[in-house]
Amino acid sequence: MTTQPTEVARDRGAWDRFRGGLWRDAIDVRDFIQQNYTPYTGDASFLTGPTERTEAVWRRLSALFPEERQYGVYDVDVSTPSAITAFPPGYIDKEKELIVGLQTDVPLKRAIMPGGGWRMVEAALRAYHYRPDERIKEIYTKYRKTHNDGVFDAYTPEIRACRSAGLITGLPDAYGRGRIIGDYRRVALYGVDRLIADKQQDKEHLNSQWATDEVIRDREETAEQIRALRELREMAAGYGYDIAGPAVTAREAVQWLYFGYLAAVKEQNGAAMSIGRIDAFLDIYLQRDLDRGLLTETGAQELIDDFVIKLRIVRFLRTPEYNELYSGDPTWVTWSLAGIGEDGRPLVTRTAFRALRTLYNLGPAPEPNLTVFWSPRLPEGFKSFAAKVAIDTSALQFESDELMRPKYGDDTAIACCVSAMAMGRQMQFFGARVNVAKALLYAVNGGRDENTGELVVPGFQPLTGEYLDYQQVAAAYDAMLEWLAKTYVHALNVIHYMHDKYAYERIEMALHDREVLRTMACGIAGLSVAVDSLSAIRHARVKVIRDATGLAVDYEVQGEYPAFGNNDQRADTLAEQLVHGFMAKLRRHPAYRNAVHTQSVLTITSNIVYGKKTGNTPDGRRAGTPFAPGANPVNGRDRHGYIASSLSVARISYDDAEDGISLTNTITPDALGRTEEERIGNLTGVLDGYAESNGFHMNVNVLDEAMLRDAMAHPENHPQLTIRVSGYAVNFVRLTREQQLDVINRTFHGRL
Amino acid sequence: MPPTTGPVRPPDRARRPAHPRPGARPAGPHPAATAAGAASRRPVTGSVHSWDLSTGVDGPGTRFVAFLAGCPLSCLYCHNPDTWSLRRGTRTGADQVVAEAAKYRTFIRAAGGGATLSGGEPLLQPLFAGELLSRFKHGLGLHTALDTSGFVGARAPDSLLADTDLVLLDIKSWDRDTYRRVTGRELAPTLAFARRLADLGNEVWVRFVLVPGLTDAPDNIEGVAAFAASLGNVSRVDVLPFHKLGAAKWEALGKRFVLAGTPSPAPEQVAAARARFEAHGLYAV
Repeated sequence: MTTQPTEVARDRGAWDRFRGGLWRDAIDVRDFIQQNYTPYTGDASFLTGPTERTEAVWRRLSALFPEERQYGVYDVDVSTPSAITAFPPGYIDKEKELIVGLQTDVPLKRAIMPGGGWRMVEAALRAYHYRPDERIKEIYTKYRKTHNDGVFDAYTPEIRACRSAGLITGLPDAYGRGRIIGDYRRVALYGVDRLIADKQQDKEHLNSQWATDEVIRDREETAEQIRALRELREMAAGYGYDIAGPAVTAREAVQWLYFGYLAAVKEQNGAAMSIGRIDAFLDIYLQRDLDRGLLTETGAQELIDDFVIKLRIVRFLRTPEYNELYSGDPTWVTWSLAGIGEDGRPLVTRTAFRALRTLYNLGPAPEPNLTVFWSPRLPEGFKSFAAKVAIDTSALQFESDELMRPKYGDDTAIACCVSAMAMGRQMQFFGARVNVAKALLYAVNGGRDENTGELVVPGFQPLTGEYLDYQQVAAAYDAMLEWLAKTYVHALNVIHYMHDKYAYERIEMALHDREVLRTMACGIAGLSVAVDSLSAIRHARVKVIRDATGLAVDYEVQGEYPAFGNNDQRADTLAEQLVHGFMAKLRRHPAYRNAVHTQSVLTITSNIVYGKKTGNTPDGRRAGTPFAPGANPVNGRDRHGYIASSLSVARISYDDAEDGISLTNTITPDALGRTEEERIGNLTGVLDGYAESNGFHMNVNVLDEAMLRDAMAHPENHPQLTIRVSGYAVNFVRLTREQQLDVINRTFHGRL
Repeated sequence: MPPTTGPVRPPDRARRPAHPRPGARPAGPHPAATAAGAASRRPVTGSVHSWDLSTGVDGPGTRFVAFLAGCPLSCLYCHNPDTWSLRRGTRTGADQVVAEAAKYRTFIRAAGGGATLSGGEPLLQPLFAGELLSRFKHGLGLHTALDTSGFVGARAPDSLLADTDLVLLDIKSWDRDTYRRVTGRELAPTLAFARRLADLGNEVWVRFVLVPGLTDAPDNIEGVAAFAASLGNVSRVDVLPFHKLGAAKWEALGKRFVLAGTPSPAPEQVAAARARFEAHGLYAV
């Protein structure tokens, strides 16, 4: 150890006025927060608007957006594989910025990250009419193996077949897996040198253990973590900051934390690069400077505004196919807010308000993905403000603190959309999702694909009756899901083995404890289509229409059946059972690195692609029709309003889907109440009611159809129109036309 | 009731089991009340059009709304003409409706809100309506509301009104000729019902649909406003701008939608109408 971090802290007064001791001796940010934060139970009246400086920076940046929207990317550096120190410092406006640091040397310029796979880089460059750098191509195809190469070396033919048939989609086998949240707060609280010293201790501990595969891997990873931390310090030095020691002021705290995050997004093109639960942490520093007279409220808001500007311009180079799955260029810079502490005090601080306020000061935007940890016990002032922001901007998502806290504690954050994890103590192996609606068709067709007729899943017999018999279908479906669960976990084990080997998240894992809980996050799509199909088979009569080769290609529903989304137990139970059953099947197959299996019911925008790849289904849905997003009921079949629909979704147990259950509600303003106050009160009530009913997640869009149609026709008039789709928010004008129509066609929950 | 400040919620009353106000109960049993009591011993059924959950449109908060079938009026601007016919409804037991509402009790208690009977005209089926209101209120502990034109208000026994925490009373016009033109019926029964509600002390929200060229004459609005203010039990007035979203339903029923060419009122017109109510000291939204 070259420095005595505690002394550094003392010398510069970094920890002055801070209480408590545990967190000083061991890395424990939660303890620091609990000992030092100031709950705020008032209303939003203290907040301030943007300063001229903030507006000037945002204006300068906004001027670049139209060009980016037009061409898909603003610019790409084709010759510099991104790494923590790969680029010289970059600025939006060096004189005016309070918080500095860009992924590359120019705002919005994207970097290549070939460690995940060269093919993806090349396809993305060509899509945007850039010529790949031959030298870089040679390195990553001849001298340096990538994650993607490794995965395809170890995939089985069955996995490849499932992948190309669209039975399993969105696997992170060609890009960064993401959904790992570095505890970036550690950089600010302890400074980099203390973190390095800590990791060196870990290394010494590992040196004393016998050299098994696991220990050798841990040693190498720890060495990489230490290297990444040194690079982080070097990167900050380029911007003129010495972050060896802890942050002393609020501005430094924001800056240190952001540098940690920036290092991560310079190195990893992760499917979701979330920033964590940072509001109460930053509030401690802002409050201390306010108390010391070093800062005014305007100054505090300005720091948060400037920080959020940076989070809004995180960019990755991705292929059009990727964008088809996850449209609108999302990065999931998910910022988890508020909630209640284990001791019952609200974790709401003024900084939770300040974060929400950015949506007014800078206008609505999809990123950072502001995620409110909701509890009926939150202070009324905060509830009202959060509801107001949701109504005004449609840019918030709400997740049940009451369901997460008992499982993960009160220092939990969401990665991506709905994936909860304890900060710095838990990470996830992200696993995309399987199409359970298509799997049902495979069960009927004995493993043949309903679109191509090809045999994808071997060893199954097709069902032959003229009408589908529920017992027979249920048995065949169960066997098909069993096979699929096994193949799926198999694929994920391969992916994560190779990701650790070829594209390890050095800096993110450097900001974790040595011992972390790993989850293997599986997922399902098409739940409501599968459930309605089963309900139709059980409660109505479903006739099979087969082609000349005996392939079932269509279904005729005779009679009525209860559909998912009407709070009708006959259908909802089928959903509960399907999710519960698939979870049990997943658990039967051991996961890489002893990860704990979880699953999500989440599609993001891939509900459209999944629908496209799925033929006619026994619920009467036509081939190619989009699925409902996430756990949503099928569009238009929920006939009793969005509350009834939501309660059907709430029936799915969080214990069976610990990686999250996503629900998107789109409501017209009129359907929430006649005055603003009434709408705020009513939405607050709806969120309380959903939480009390064990609902997990709710996206709230408050929109009217006319506005969306106008935005389709005149995108230039609605550059910041934001809507929420299954776990994230997007700029409406950046969706494809097909996706825009899908949003409009989804049930608008207004009533006459 | 003036607009409240601070955290806005549906009234507290809506979140806990409501209890009848002292003095709201009539001294003696209404003839129909005895009938309702007798009927409760055997299954009570009624004609139901549909049920729904709504927020902010059928009384305070989030509400379970049962739409009963059948309506004696035929309003030109009706957006639910499919609820006019009793025969088009589904014969449904009160048990079934209450069981459906019970699924939402937890939600509604947390969210704030209650249960509303709407239609159609729920008072066309006073026994059924009374049974439902009583069981919503006493069985489920929910705040209850009744959405009515008041035209057949005389059929509502006092016991039914005692089980109704809030009446959403649609006074479609003050001018008698206009009322007749809009509804095909007479105004007087609605006014009588409004006065009875005032005597009983029932809380009322008055609703008034603003239709350009039909109900928007200043005197017509002024008349409703002065009358509503004179009652003393009107805590809110909803001025509802006319819309044509129900036009397709008229077509589907093979009926002519006479107001097809009528525009929705401009926001300034709506504001002006609200101002007329406010000038009488009423809270109008």
